[in-house]
Amino acid sequence: MLIRRPHDIASSEITPEAIYRQRRLFMQAGATLAAAALMPNVSEANVRLSAAANARYSTTEPPTSYKDVTTYNNYYEFGTGKSDPAENAQQFKTRPWTVSIEGEVKHPKVWDIDALTKAFPLEDRIYRLRCVEGWSMVIPWVGFPLASLIKQAEPTGNAKYVEFITLHDPAQMAGQRRGVLDWPYTEGLRLDEAMNPLTLMAVGLYGQTLPNQNGAPIRLVVPWKYGFKSAKAIVRIRFTDKQPRTAWGRAAPSEYGFYSNVNPTVDHPRWSQARERRIGEFFKRDTQMFNGYGEQVAQLYRGMDLREDF
Amino acid sequence: MNINRLKAALFLLALYPLARLLVLAFSDGLGANPIEFITRSTGTWTLVGLMLTLTVTPLRKITGWHQLLRIRRMLGLFSFFYASLHFITYIWLDQFFDFSAILHDIYKRPFITVGFVAFLLLIPLALTSSNAMIRRLGALRWQKLHKLVYLIAILGVLHYIWLVKKDLTQPLIYATVLTLLLGWRVWNAQKVK
Repeated sequence: MLIRRPHDIASSEITPEAIYRQRRLFMQAGATLAAAALMPNVSEANVRLSAAANARYSTTEPPTSYKDVTTYNNYYEFGTGKSDPAENAQQFKTRPWTVSIEGEVKHPKVWDIDALTKAFPLEDRIYRLRCVEGWSMVIPWVGFPLASLIKQAEPTGNAKYVEFITLHDPAQMAGQRRGVLDWPYTEGLRLDEAMNPLTLMAVGLYGQTLPNQNGAPIRLVVPWKYGFKSAKAIVRIRFTDKQPRTAWGRAAPSEYGFYSNVNPTVDHPRWSQARERRIGEFFKRDTQMFNGYGEQVAQLYRGMDLREDF
Repeated sequence: MNINRLKAALFLLALYPLARLLVLAFSDGLGANPIEFITRSTGTWTLVGLMLTLTVTPLRKITGWHQLLRIRRMLGLFSFFYASLHFITYIWLDQFFDFSAILHDIYKRPFITVGFVAFLLLIPLALTSSNAMIRRLGALRWQKLHKLVYLIAILGVLHYIWLVKKDLTQPLIYATVLTLLLGWRVWNAQKVK
């Protein structure tokens, strides 16, 4: 005779997902802290960061899972496949690390990364990220506004643009041993774009220091532009009077413009930008102008033809 | 080696990519972007299938093992099978039957245009693959029609080259293999003259 027993209650019915995810993060953070204590000064990944939530600039959309955010991304320094960065960046050394502020500024300075992380109040900001390839995520970053750093450095009257230069270290970054891009990866913003309150210098995600594959120890996040504008592992921030050249702009000038604002009406020459697949969702969704940040940034481009200045 | 055993082994081997996709799909193993994973995988195996199909004749001529011809149709049909899965993935999972977007893509995106043309051209080859059809068409006309596979393979490789953002390593490997396979045929034809 078959005796039926009541189904076990799934743990998901008892513990809300958000809570058990937090517990997992907490356990991970604890384990990593323990490991970090045994092996200091190599990597500072997965250390808890204290930050204040910034609701004004955060979306209420559900964040993409920690696993997807940290295992699916482009970071050609560690390989051109989407899972390559997570696989190949584990031994990457983010200490010691300095970020040099230079060029057209009154107070040039070489920051130690730990001093820089403590110099400005950290904020939690949940941003949409739209990749130029047509997929998107929602990521809870931790960082400080680039504007804070710029005000501290005081740009001179000649400063019109900001150039971001990232680490060139082929010994650690296997992808740089091949000429896929012209290394080091560089990016740039107009000074007013860099000063926009949305522009973030991120040092963490999901409440912890950045995993190596996501651009540790410090990266740019410009949520209204395609993801490749948000340079990772930054070592120099240079203020210039001329528009800086960018890594993708050098590689394919007709496909990747200096601005590269998310724009559903201007297609990539080889594929459509009208829609995107949000990672974790089945159906594609419409891409929003400026990735939904038009209210904050549309005025930066008033009077410009965004088909010309793509 | 026994050709029937080889054929049976190849048949099972050719099902491996599909089995792998199914296992991964049911074990949450397709990664963050499952639809992209399936599209890439079925596309890759279509190209591999086409290259293997085109390897049969050179291998047969070089080794003198003429029974090899008996595995060519199966390899060709597996190429068509994976191409169909690739096409269905695009129409169904990727675009979800949004035919205006699909037509727009085919018209406007060169990599989709050549991929679509290559798929269309595969259909008559699959339909005329049976012995009965060979007899109906006559061997000469059948052979002429099936020379389309050269064009299909070229379009398939071009489809891959044009979709890649920057790193051309993989598509260029296929381009090299295809150049060798087609180059051998040109060389062989001249030698015969």
